[in-house]
Amino acid sequence: MVRFENVGLRYGMGPEVLKDINFSIAPRSFQYLTGPSGAGKTTLMRLVLMALQPTRGLVNLFGQDVSRLDAATLTAFRRRMGIVFQDFRLLDHLTLYENVALPLRVLGKEESSYRAEVVELLRWVGLGERMHAVPSVLSGGEKQRAAIARAVIGRPELVLADEPTGNVDPALGRRLLRLFMELQSLGTAVVIATHDLALMELYDAPRLVLADGHLHVDA
Amino acid sequence: MVISMSMPDPGNADFEPEDRPLPSNLRRDQPLVPIDTVAARALMAVIAILTFLAALSAGAAVLAARASEQWRGAVANEMTIQIRPDSRRDIEGDIGRAVAMAQAIDGIESVRAVPRAESDKLLEPWLGAGLDLVELPVPRLIVLKLRAGAGPDLTAFGAALRREVPTAILDDHRLWVRRLSTMASTIILSGAAVVLLVLTAAALAVAFATRGAMAGSRDSVEVLHLVGADDAFIAREFQSRFVRLGLRGGAIGGAAAILVIGLLGFLSSRWRTAPEAEQLQAMFGAFEIGWSGYVAVILVAVVVAAISGLVSRVTVRHHLRVLAGGTA
Repeated sequence: MVRFENVGLRYGMGPEVLKDINFSIAPRSFQYLTGPSGAGKTTLMRLVLMALQPTRGLVNLFGQDVSRLDAATLTAFRRRMGIVFQDFRLLDHLTLYENVALPLRVLGKEESSYRAEVVELLRWVGLGERMHAVPSVLSGGEKQRAAIARAVIGRPELVLADEPTGNVDPALGRRLLRLFMELQSLGTAVVIATHDLALMELYDAPRLVLADGHLHVDA
Repeated sequence: MVISMSMPDPGNADFEPEDRPLPSNLRRDQPLVPIDTVAARALMAVIAILTFLAALSAGAAVLAARASEQWRGAVANEMTIQIRPDSRRDIEGDIGRAVAMAQAIDGIESVRAVPRAESDKLLEPWLGAGLDLVELPVPRLIVLKLRAGAGPDLTAFGAALRREVPTAILDDHRLWVRRLSTMASTIILSGAAVVLLVLTAAALAVAFATRGAMAGSRDSVEVLHLVGADDAFIAREFQSRFVRLGLRGGAIGGAAAILVIGLLGFLSSRWRTAPEAEQLQAMFGAFEIGWSGYVAVILVAVVVAAISGLVSRVTVRHHLRVLAGGTA
Protein backbone atom coordinates (compact mmCIF):
# COMPACT_ATOMS: atom_id res chain seq x y z
CA MET A 1 0.00 0.00 0.00
CA VAL A 2 2.81 2.44 0.94
CA ARG A 3 6.48 1.78 0.28
CA PHE A 4 9.41 4.13 0.95
CA GLU A 5 12.83 3.25 -0.45
CA ASN A 6 15.90 5.31 0.46
CA VAL A 7 13.78 8.41 0.84
CA GLY A 8 15.50 11.60 1.88
CA LEU A 9 14.11 15.08 2.43
CA ARG A 10 15.76 18.42 2.92
CA TYR A 11 14.26 21.89 3.00
CA GLY A 12 16.00 24.14 0.52
CA MET A 13 19.77 23.93 0.90
CA GLY A 14 19.56 22.82 4.54
CA PRO A 15 20.62 19.48 5.98
CA GLU A 16 18.54 16.37 5.36
CA VAL A 17 15.80 16.11 7.95
CA LEU A 18 14.89 12.59 6.84
CA LYS A 19 17.60 10.21 5.64
CA ASP A 20 17.40 6.85 3.90
CA ILE A 21 13.88 6.10 5.05
CA ASN A 22 12.80 2.55 4.22
CA PHE A 23 9.50 1.09 5.34
CA SER A 24 6.22 -0.19 4.03
CA ILE A 25 2.64 -0.18 5.21
CA ALA A 26 0.63 -3.27 4.37
CA PRO A 27 -3.14 -3.25 3.90
CA ARG A 28 -5.11 -3.83 7.14
CA SER A 29 -1.96 -3.31 9.21
CA PHE A 30 -1.58 -1.32 12.40
CA GLN A 31 1.62 0.45 13.39
CA TYR A 32 2.89 3.25 15.51
CA LEU A 33 5.21 5.93 14.26
CA THR A 34 7.17 7.14 17.21
CA GLY A 35 10.21 9.12 18.19
CA PRO A 36 11.07 12.20 20.18
CA SER A 37 9.40 15.54 19.49
CA GLY A 38 10.88 17.14 16.39
CA ALA A 39 12.13 13.83 15.01
CA GLY A 40 10.14 14.33 11.80
CA LYS A 41 6.99 12.26 12.40
CA THR A 42 4.68 14.91 10.98
CA THR A 43 7.03 15.48 8.03
CA LEU A 44 7.02 11.77 7.26
CA MET A 45 3.21 11.77 7.36
CA ARG A 46 3.12 14.73 4.99
CA LEU A 47 5.34 12.74 2.61
CA VAL A 48 2.86 9.85 2.72
CA LEU A 49 0.03 12.32 2.07
CA MET A 50 1.99 13.78 -0.87
CA ALA A 51 1.79 17.22 0.71
CA LEU A 52 5.60 17.20 0.36
CA GLN A 53 7.81 15.75 -2.33
CA PRO A 54 10.94 13.85 -1.29
CA THR A 55 14.27 15.21 -2.47
CA ARG A 56 15.45 11.69 -3.21
CA GLY A 57 14.36 8.09 -3.08
CA LEU A 58 11.24 6.28 -4.18
CA VAL A 59 7.78 6.70 -2.70
CA ASN A 60 5.29 4.17 -3.94
CA LEU A 61 1.62 4.64 -3.06
CA PHE A 62 -1.08 2.13 -3.94
CA GLY A 63 1.32 0.55 -6.43
CA GLN A 64 2.36 3.74 -8.20
CA ASP A 65 5.49 5.88 -8.09
CA VAL A 66 4.29 9.24 -6.75
CA SER A 67 6.85 11.24 -8.74
CA ARG A 68 4.88 10.38 -11.88
CA LEU A 69 1.40 11.11 -10.56
CA ASP A 70 -0.85 13.61 -12.26
CA ALA A 71 -3.14 15.89 -10.26
CA ALA A 72 -6.24 13.74 -10.78
CA THR A 73 -4.52 10.57 -9.52
CA LEU A 74 -3.08 12.48 -6.58
CA THR A 75 -6.58 13.57 -5.59
CA ALA A 76 -7.90 10.05 -6.09
CA PHE A 77 -5.16 8.67 -3.80
CA ARG A 78 -5.85 11.27 -1.11
CA ARG A 79 -9.47 10.19 -1.15
CA ARG A 80 -8.30 6.70 -0.17
CA MET A 81 -6.55 8.10 2.90
CA GLY A 82 -7.77 9.76 6.08
CA ILE A 83 -5.63 12.15 8.07
CA VAL A 84 -5.89 13.31 11.68
CA PHE A 85 -3.75 16.41 12.08
CA GLN A 86 -1.94 17.08 15.32
CA ASP A 87 -3.49 20.56 15.39
CA PHE A 88 -6.84 19.17 14.15
CA ARG A 89 -7.11 21.59 11.18
CA LEU A 90 -10.87 21.87 11.50
CA LEU A 91 -12.37 24.70 9.44
CA ASP A 92 -13.40 27.30 12.00
CA HIS A 93 -16.32 28.72 10.05
CA LEU A 94 -18.01 25.34 9.66
CA THR A 95 -19.95 23.40 12.29
CA LEU A 96 -18.67 20.06 13.56
CA TYR A 97 -21.20 18.30 11.37
CA GLU A 98 -19.99 20.19 8.29
CA ASN A 99 -16.37 19.55 9.20
CA VAL A 100 -16.90 15.83 9.59
CA ALA A 101 -18.93 15.69 6.38
CA LEU A 102 -16.21 17.52 4.44
CA PRO A 103 -14.55 14.49 2.77
CA LEU A 104 -17.97 13.38 1.48
CA ARG A 105 -18.98 16.87 0.41
CA VAL A 106 -15.83 17.33 -1.68
CA LEU A 107 -16.75 14.14 -3.50
CA GLY A 108 -19.85 15.97 -4.68
CA LYS A 109 -22.25 13.72 -2.78
CA GLU A 110 -25.74 14.90 -2.00
CA GLU A 111 -26.06 15.96 1.63
CA SER A 112 -29.10 13.73 2.12
CA SER A 113 -27.02 10.70 1.14
CA TYR A 114 -24.55 11.08 4.01
CA ARG A 115 -26.48 12.95 6.71
CA ALA A 116 -27.41 9.90 8.76
CA GLU A 117 -23.93 8.44 8.46
CA VAL A 118 -22.22 11.62 9.71
CA VAL A 119 -24.67 12.10 12.57
CA GLU A 120 -24.21 8.49 13.64
CA LEU A 121 -20.43 8.79 13.65
CA LEU A 122 -20.60 12.07 15.57
CA ARG A 123 -22.81 10.40 18.16
CA TRP A 124 -20.47 7.46 18.23
CA VAL A 125 -17.50 9.65 19.13
CA GLY A 126 -19.61 11.47 21.72
CA LEU A 127 -20.23 14.67 19.82
CA GLY A 128 -23.91 14.21 19.04
CA GLU A 129 -24.90 17.17 21.17
CA ARG A 130 -22.16 19.37 19.73
CA MET A 131 -22.68 18.84 16.02
CA HIS A 132 -23.98 22.39 15.50
CA ALA A 133 -21.11 23.98 17.37
CA VAL A 134 -18.18 25.61 15.61
CA PRO A 135 -14.67 24.42 16.57
CA SER A 136 -13.76 27.62 18.40
CA VAL A 137 -16.13 26.78 21.28
CA LEU A 138 -14.95 23.19 21.67
CA SER A 139 -12.40 21.70 24.03
CA GLY A 140 -9.20 20.13 22.72
CA GLY A 141 -10.59 16.64 23.26
CA GLU A 142 -13.76 17.43 21.35
CA LYS A 143 -11.79 18.84 18.46
CA GLN A 144 -9.59 15.77 18.52
CA ARG A 145 -12.60 13.47 18.24
CA ALA A 146 -14.10 15.60 15.45
CA ALA A 147 -10.79 15.44 13.56
CA ILE A 148 -10.77 11.65 13.93
CA ALA A 149 -14.38 11.41 12.78
CA ARG A 150 -13.53 13.49 9.70
CA ALA A 151 -10.59 11.22 8.91
CA VAL A 152 -12.63 8.02 9.05
CA ILE A 153 -16.00 9.12 7.62
CA GLY A 154 -15.00 8.27 4.06
CA ARG A 155 -13.96 4.74 5.14
CA PRO A 156 -10.39 5.20 3.92
CA GLU A 157 -7.99 2.37 3.17
CA LEU A 158 -5.26 4.10 5.19
CA VAL A 159 -5.62 6.34 8.24
CA LEU A 160 -2.72 8.50 9.36
CA ALA A 161 -3.22 9.96 12.83
CA ASP A 162 -0.74 12.50 14.15
CA GLU A 163 -0.77 12.47 17.97
CA PRO A 164 -4.47 11.59 18.07
CA THR A 165 -4.52 11.25 21.84
CA GLY A 166 -2.30 14.21 22.63
CA ASN A 167 -5.14 16.40 23.88
CA VAL A 168 -7.32 13.95 25.74
CA ASP A 169 -7.22 12.32 29.14
CA PRO A 170 -5.91 8.74 29.36
CA ALA A 171 -9.41 7.23 29.54
CA LEU A 172 -10.55 8.96 26.37
CA GLY A 173 -7.18 8.17 24.78
CA ARG A 174 -7.87 4.45 25.35
CA ARG A 175 -11.30 4.77 23.76
CA LEU A 176 -9.94 6.53 20.74
CA LEU A 177 -7.26 3.87 20.40
CA ARG A 178 -10.00 1.27 20.40
CA LEU A 179 -11.72 3.18 17.60
CA PHE A 180 -8.58 2.86 15.49
CA MET A 181 -8.29 -0.85 16.35
CA GLU A 182 -11.85 -1.37 15.21
CA LEU A 183 -11.09 0.49 12.00
CA GLN A 184 -8.19 -1.85 11.42
CA SER A 185 -10.36 -4.87 12.02
CA LEU A 186 -12.73 -3.51 9.37
CA GLY A 187 -9.91 -3.42 6.81
CA THR A 188 -8.23 -0.05 7.21
CA ALA A 189 -4.46 0.26 7.61
CA VAL A 190 -3.70 2.53 10.56
CA VAL A 191 -0.56 4.52 11.36
CA ILE A 192 -0.58 6.40 14.65
CA ALA A 193 2.18 8.91 15.25
CA THR A 194 2.73 9.27 18.97
CA HIS A 195 5.38 9.54 21.60
CA ASP A 196 2.99 8.34 24.30
CA LEU A 197 4.62 5.11 25.53
CA ALA A 198 1.64 4.30 27.75
CA LEU A 199 -0.64 4.34 24.75
CA MET A 200 1.63 2.06 22.74
CA GLU A 201 1.73 -0.44 25.61
CA LEU A 202 -2.05 -0.74 25.50
CA TYR A 203 -1.98 -2.42 22.12
CA ASP A 204 1.06 -4.16 20.82
CA ALA A 205 1.89 -3.29 17.23
CA PRO A 206 5.03 -2.72 15.15
CA ARG A 207 6.72 0.60 15.83
CA LEU A 208 8.39 2.75 13.21
CA VAL A 209 10.92 4.66 15.27
CA LEU A 210 12.29 7.95 13.96
CA ALA A 211 15.44 9.37 15.48
CA ASP A 212 18.02 11.78 14.05
CA GLY A 213 16.33 11.62 10.67
CA HIS A 214 16.70 7.82 10.42
CA LEU A 215 13.89 5.31 10.77
CA HIS A 216 14.03 1.78 12.04
CA VAL A 217 11.26 -0.73 12.47
CA ASP A 218 10.85 -2.08 15.97
CA ALA A 219 8.68 -5.15 15.61
CA MET B 1 -23.44 3.81 9.06
CA VAL B 2 -20.56 2.83 6.87
CA ILE B 3 -18.29 2.10 9.79
CA SER B 4 -20.48 -0.26 11.74
CA MET B 5 -18.39 -0.33 14.85
CA SER B 6 -19.47 -1.99 18.01
CA MET B 7 -20.43 0.31 20.80
CA PRO B 8 -17.82 1.19 23.38
CA ASP B 9 -18.31 0.71 27.11
CA PRO B 10 -22.01 0.89 27.97
CA GLY B 11 -21.23 2.96 31.03
CA ASN B 12 -19.34 5.52 29.03
CA ALA B 13 -21.09 8.86 29.29
CA ASP B 14 -19.15 10.36 26.40
CA PHE B 15 -20.65 8.09 23.80
CA GLU B 16 -24.28 8.32 23.00
CA PRO B 17 -27.01 5.90 21.91
CA GLU B 18 -27.65 5.82 18.17
CA ASP B 19 -31.40 5.43 17.96
CA ARG B 20 -32.41 9.08 18.21
CA PRO B 21 -33.98 10.85 15.21
CA LEU B 22 -31.74 12.99 13.03
CA PRO B 23 -31.76 16.71 13.65
CA SER B 24 -33.28 18.65 10.77
CA ASN B 25 -31.43 21.38 8.84
CA LEU B 26 -27.99 20.14 9.73
CA ARG B 27 -26.18 21.80 6.95
CA ARG B 28 -25.95 25.53 6.93
CA ASP B 29 -25.40 27.26 3.65
CA GLN B 30 -21.81 28.01 4.44
CA PRO B 31 -19.18 28.30 1.74
CA LEU B 32 -16.21 26.01 2.28
CA VAL B 33 -13.76 28.81 1.74
CA PRO B 34 -14.38 31.72 4.07
CA ILE B 35 -13.98 35.22 2.72
CA ASP B 36 -13.51 38.04 5.16
CA THR B 37 -16.86 39.82 5.56
CA VAL B 38 -15.37 43.31 5.53
CA ALA B 39 -13.33 42.55 2.40
CA ALA B 40 -16.40 40.99 0.77
CA ARG B 41 -18.51 44.07 1.51
CA ALA B 42 -15.81 46.38 0.21
CA LEU B 43 -15.50 44.35 -2.98
CA MET B 44 -19.28 44.33 -3.41
CA ALA B 45 -19.33 48.12 -3.02
CA VAL B 46 -16.55 48.48 -5.62
CA ILE B 47 -18.43 46.18 -8.03
CA ALA B 48 -21.67 48.12 -7.42
CA ILE B 49 -19.98 51.47 -8.14
CA LEU B 50 -18.23 50.15 -11.25
CA THR B 51 -21.45 48.56 -12.51
CA PHE B 52 -23.28 51.83 -11.89
CA LEU B 53 -20.73 53.77 -13.95
CA ALA B 54 -20.65 51.17 -16.71
CA ALA B 55 -24.44 50.98 -16.82
CA LEU B 56 -24.74 54.77 -17.02
CA SER B 57 -22.21 54.81 -19.86
CA ALA B 58 -24.13 52.06 -21.64
CA GLY B 59 -27.37 54.00 -21.06
CA ALA B 60 -25.79 57.19 -22.45
CA ALA B 61 -24.59 55.30 -25.52
CA VAL B 62 -28.07 53.88 -26.10
CA LEU B 63 -29.58 57.33 -25.60
CA ALA B 64 -27.18 58.83 -28.15
CA ALA B 65 -27.91 56.00 -30.60
CA ARG B 66 -31.66 56.50 -30.28
CA ALA B 67 -31.41 60.29 -30.59
CA SER B 68 -29.18 59.99 -33.64
CA GLU B 69 -31.67 57.60 -35.22
CA GLN B 70 -34.48 60.08 -34.55
CA TRP B 71 -32.51 62.96 -36.07
CA ARG B 72 -31.62 60.99 -39.13
CA GLY B 73 -35.17 59.74 -39.56
CA ALA B 74 -36.58 63.27 -39.28
CA VAL B 75 -33.95 65.05 -41.31
CA ALA B 76 -33.38 62.54 -44.08
CA ASN B 77 -37.01 62.74 -45.28
CA GLU B 78 -36.99 66.48 -45.43
CA MET B 79 -35.25 69.11 -47.56
CA THR B 80 -35.44 72.84 -47.74
CA ILE B 81 -35.05 75.35 -50.52
CA GLN B 82 -33.73 78.63 -49.29
CA ILE B 83 -34.52 81.73 -51.41
CA ARG B 84 -32.19 84.58 -50.62
CA PRO B 85 -33.63 88.05 -50.98
CA ASP B 86 -32.37 90.08 -53.90
CA SER B 87 -33.56 93.62 -54.44
CA ARG B 88 -33.45 93.08 -58.22
CA ARG B 89 -35.76 90.09 -58.12
CA ASP B 90 -39.32 89.40 -57.12
CA ILE B 91 -38.93 87.01 -54.23
CA GLU B 92 -42.57 85.87 -54.27
CA GLY B 93 -42.23 85.06 -57.98
CA ASP B 94 -39.06 83.10 -57.28
CA ILE B 95 -40.84 81.18 -54.54
CA GLY B 96 -43.70 80.33 -56.90
CA ARG B 97 -41.25 79.07 -59.58
CA ALA B 98 -39.30 77.01 -57.11
CA VAL B 99 -42.49 75.47 -55.67
CA ALA B 100 -43.71 74.58 -59.17
CA MET B 101 -40.36 72.99 -60.06
CA ALA B 102 -40.32 70.99 -56.85
CA GLN B 103 -43.88 69.76 -57.35
CA ALA B 104 -42.91 68.48 -60.78
CA ILE B 105 -40.24 66.21 -59.31
CA ASP B 106 -41.28 62.60 -58.83
CA GLY B 107 -40.50 61.42 -55.29
CA ILE B 108 -41.33 64.69 -53.56
CA GLU B 109 -44.50 64.15 -51.60
CA SER B 110 -45.35 67.65 -50.52
CA VAL B 111 -44.06 71.16 -51.00
CA ARG B 112 -44.82 73.97 -48.61
CA ALA B 113 -43.59 77.53 -48.83
CA VAL B 114 -43.08 78.84 -45.31
CA PRO B 115 -45.08 82.09 -45.04
CA ARG B 116 -43.19 85.26 -44.26
CA ALA B 117 -44.72 85.58 -40.78
CA GLU B 118 -43.65 82.06 -39.92
CA SER B 119 -40.06 82.51 -41.11
CA ASP B 120 -39.87 85.78 -39.18
CA LYS B 121 -40.99 83.89 -36.11
CA LEU B 122 -38.05 81.53 -36.48
CA LEU B 123 -35.77 84.51 -35.90
CA GLU B 124 -37.53 85.57 -32.71
CA PRO B 125 -35.29 83.60 -30.35
CA TRP B 126 -32.26 85.45 -31.72
CA LEU B 127 -33.64 88.91 -32.55
CA GLY B 128 -36.41 89.18 -29.98
CA ALA B 129 -40.17 89.69 -30.43
CA GLY B 130 -41.83 92.85 -31.71
CA LEU B 131 -39.10 93.73 -34.20
CA ASP B 132 -40.16 94.83 -37.64
CA LEU B 133 -38.24 92.61 -40.05
CA VAL B 134 -39.69 94.05 -43.25
CA GLU B 135 -36.52 95.94 -44.04
CA LEU B 136 -34.23 93.04 -43.24
CA PRO B 137 -33.10 90.67 -46.01
CA VAL B 138 -34.60 87.57 -44.44
CA PRO B 139 -34.40 84.47 -46.64
CA ARG B 140 -37.57 82.52 -47.35
CA LEU B 141 -37.89 78.79 -46.98
CA ILE B 142 -39.69 76.08 -48.90
CA VAL B 143 -40.02 72.78 -47.08
CA LEU B 144 -40.03 69.66 -49.25
CA LYS B 145 -41.10 66.31 -47.86
CA LEU B 146 -39.74 63.26 -49.64
CA ARG B 147 -41.85 60.20 -50.24
CA ALA B 148 -40.53 57.30 -48.14
CA GLY B 149 -38.33 55.03 -50.22
CA ALA B 150 -38.17 57.37 -53.19
CA GLY B 151 -34.81 58.63 -54.35
CA PRO B 152 -35.20 61.68 -56.61
CA ASP B 153 -32.19 62.98 -58.52
CA LEU B 154 -31.36 65.84 -56.18
CA THR B 155 -28.19 66.91 -58.01
CA ALA B 156 -30.07 67.50 -61.25
CA PHE B 157 -32.92 69.20 -59.41
CA GLY B 158 -30.46 71.47 -57.55
CA ALA B 159 -28.74 72.46 -60.81
CA ALA B 160 -32.05 73.13 -62.58
CA LEU B 161 -33.27 75.16 -59.64
CA ARG B 162 -30.10 77.27 -59.62
CA ARG B 163 -30.55 77.96 -63.36
CA GLU B 164 -34.18 79.03 -63.02
CA VAL B 165 -33.90 80.77 -59.66
CA PRO B 166 -30.31 81.90 -59.10
CA THR B 167 -31.05 83.00 -55.53
CA ALA B 168 -32.29 79.52 -54.52
CA ILE B 169 -30.18 76.99 -52.62
CA LEU B 170 -31.29 73.38 -52.20
CA ASP B 171 -30.29 72.08 -48.79
CA ASP B 172 -30.70 68.33 -48.41
CA HIS B 173 -29.18 68.34 -44.86
CA ARG B 174 -26.58 65.76 -45.85
CA LEU B 175 -23.75 67.64 -44.18
CA TRP B 176 -25.82 68.14 -41.05
CA VAL B 177 -26.79 64.45 -40.93
CA ARG B 178 -23.18 63.44 -41.47
CA ARG B 179 -22.00 65.65 -38.61
CA LEU B 180 -24.75 64.41 -36.32
CA SER B 181 -23.88 60.83 -37.19
CA THR B 182 -20.22 61.42 -36.44
CA MET B 183 -21.06 63.01 -33.12
CA ALA B 184 -23.47 60.24 -32.18
CA SER B 185 -20.95 57.56 -33.22
CA THR B 186 -18.29 59.27 -31.09
CA ILE B 187 -20.60 59.27 -28.08
CA ILE B 188 -21.53 55.61 -28.65
CA LEU B 189 -17.89 54.56 -29.06
CA SER B 190 -16.86 56.56 -25.99
CA GLY B 191 -19.65 54.90 -24.00
CA ALA B 192 -18.54 51.46 -25.17
CA ALA B 193 -14.92 52.28 -24.31
CA VAL B 194 -15.90 53.42 -20.82
CA VAL B 195 -17.92 50.21 -20.35
CA LEU B 196 -14.88 48.15 -21.42
CA LEU B 197 -12.56 50.09 -19.11
CA VAL B 198 -14.93 49.70 -16.18
CA LEU B 199 -15.33 45.97 -16.84
CA THR B 200 -11.53 45.65 -16.92
CA ALA B 201 -11.31 47.53 -13.63
CA ALA B 202 -13.95 45.18 -12.14
CA ALA B 203 -11.99 42.15 -13.36
CA LEU B 204 -8.78 43.48 -11.79
CA ALA B 205 -10.55 44.27 -8.50
CA VAL B 206 -11.94 40.72 -8.37
CA ALA B 207 -8.54 39.24 -9.25
CA PHE B 208 -6.86 41.11 -6.39
CA ALA B 209 -9.68 40.24 -4.00
CA THR B 210 -9.43 36.57 -4.99
CA ARG B 211 -5.68 36.57 -4.39
CA GLY B 212 -6.30 38.13 -0.99
CA ALA B 213 -8.97 35.58 -0.19
CA MET B 214 -6.69 32.75 -1.33
CA ALA B 215 -3.86 34.02 0.86
CA GLY B 216 -6.25 34.28 3.80
CA SER B 217 -7.66 30.81 3.16
CA ARG B 218 -4.39 29.01 2.58
CA ASP B 219 -4.99 26.70 5.53
CA SER B 220 -8.54 25.93 4.43
CA VAL B 221 -7.33 25.25 0.89
CA GLU B 222 -4.68 22.84 2.17
CA VAL B 223 -7.20 21.03 4.33
CA LEU B 224 -9.58 20.77 1.38
CA HIS B 225 -6.78 19.32 -0.74
CA LEU B 226 -5.83 16.79 1.92
CA VAL B 227 -9.41 15.61 2.44
CA GLY B 228 -9.64 14.89 -1.28
CA ALA B 229 -10.84 18.07 -2.97
CA ASP B 230 -9.42 18.64 -6.44
CA ASP B 231 -8.47 22.02 -7.88
CA ALA B 232 -11.70 22.27 -9.86
CA PHE B 233 -13.78 21.81 -6.69
CA ILE B 234 -11.82 24.48 -4.80
CA ALA B 235 -11.97 26.85 -7.76
CA ARG B 236 -15.74 26.29 -7.95
CA GLU B 237 -16.10 27.15 -4.28
CA PHE B 238 -14.28 30.46 -4.76
CA GLN B 239 -16.07 31.09 -8.02
CA SER B 240 -19.55 30.62 -6.58
CA ARG B 241 -18.67 32.98 -3.74
CA PHE B 242 -17.42 35.66 -6.12
CA VAL B 243 -20.28 35.17 -8.59
CA ARG B 244 -22.67 35.79 -5.71
CA LEU B 245 -20.76 38.91 -4.71
CA GLY B 246 -20.63 40.03 -8.34
CA LEU B 247 -24.36 39.42 -8.83
CA ARG B 248 -25.22 41.33 -5.68
CA GLY B 249 -22.87 44.22 -6.53
CA GLY B 250 -24.03 44.18 -10.16
CA ALA B 251 -27.69 44.19 -9.14
CA ILE B 252 -27.19 47.12 -6.76
CA GLY B 253 -25.17 49.11 -9.33
CA GLY B 254 -27.55 48.26 -12.19
CA ALA B 255 -30.63 49.11 -10.11
CA ALA B 256 -29.07 52.43 -9.07
CA ALA B 257 -28.31 53.24 -12.73
CA ILE B 258 -31.88 52.38 -13.81
CA LEU B 259 -33.18 54.54 -10.96
CA VAL B 260 -31.00 57.50 -11.99
CA ILE B 261 -31.93 57.15 -15.67
CA GLY B 262 -35.62 56.89 -14.75
CA LEU B 263 -35.31 59.92 -12.48
CA LEU B 264 -33.60 61.98 -15.18
CA GLY B 265 -36.33 60.98 -17.65
CA PHE B 266 -39.00 62.02 -15.15
CA LEU B 267 -37.31 65.36 -14.43
CA SER B 268 -36.79 66.10 -18.13
CA SER B 269 -40.47 65.41 -18.81
CA ARG B 270 -41.41 67.79 -15.96
CA TRP B 271 -39.20 70.53 -17.40
CA ARG B 272 -40.20 69.95 -20.97
CA THR B 273 -41.97 73.32 -21.22
CA ALA B 274 -38.85 75.33 -20.40
CA PRO B 275 -36.87 76.63 -23.44
CA GLU B 276 -33.68 74.86 -22.24
CA ALA B 277 -35.57 71.58 -22.07
CA GLU B 278 -36.83 72.13 -25.62
CA GLN B 279 -33.27 72.55 -26.82
CA LEU B 280 -32.21 69.42 -24.93
CA GLN B 281 -35.11 67.49 -26.35
CA ALA B 282 -34.23 68.65 -29.85
CA MET B 283 -30.72 67.37 -29.22
CA PHE B 284 -31.39 64.10 -27.40
CA GLY B 285 -35.03 63.44 -28.14
CA ALA B 286 -37.12 62.31 -25.18
CA PHE B 287 -34.82 61.36 -22.29
CA GLU B 288 -35.74 57.69 -22.50
CA ILE B 289 -33.46 54.76 -23.19
CA GLY B 290 -36.29 52.37 -24.08
CA TRP B 291 -36.29 48.66 -23.44
CA SER B 292 -33.02 48.20 -25.35
CA GLY B 293 -31.36 50.62 -22.94
CA TYR B 294 -32.66 48.75 -19.91
CA VAL B 295 -31.53 45.48 -21.47
CA ALA B 296 -28.06 47.03 -21.95
CA VAL B 297 -27.97 48.09 -18.28
CA ILE B 298 -29.06 44.62 -17.08
CA LEU B 299 -26.57 43.03 -19.47
CA VAL B 300 -23.76 45.10 -17.98
CA ALA B 301 -24.71 43.90 -14.47
CA VAL B 302 -24.84 40.26 -15.63
CA VAL B 303 -21.51 40.59 -17.45
CA VAL B 304 -19.93 42.06 -14.31
CA ALA B 305 -21.15 39.04 -12.29
CA ALA B 306 -19.93 36.64 -14.98
CA ILE B 307 -16.56 38.37 -15.09
CA SER B 308 -16.32 38.12 -11.29
CA GLY B 309 -16.87 34.38 -11.44
CA LEU B 310 -14.58 33.80 -14.39
CA VAL B 311 -11.73 35.94 -13.10
CA SER B 312 -11.88 34.38 -9.62
CA ARG B 313 -11.86 30.90 -11.17
CA VAL B 314 -8.86 31.65 -13.37
CA THR B 315 -7.04 33.35 -10.47
CA VAL B 316 -7.70 30.41 -8.13
CA ARG B 317 -6.60 27.83 -10.70
CA HIS B 318 -3.43 29.82 -11.32
CA HIS B 319 -2.77 30.17 -7.58
CA LEU B 320 -3.35 26.45 -7.00
CA ARG B 321 -0.92 25.60 -9.81
CA VAL B 322 1.67 27.87 -8.16
CA LEU B 323 1.00 26.17 -4.81
CA ALA B 324 1.38 22.75 -6.40
CA GLY B 325 4.64 23.90 -7.99
CA GLY B 326 5.86 25.08 -4.59
CA THR B 327 5.05 21.70 -3.02
CA ALA B 328 6.92 19.82 -5.71
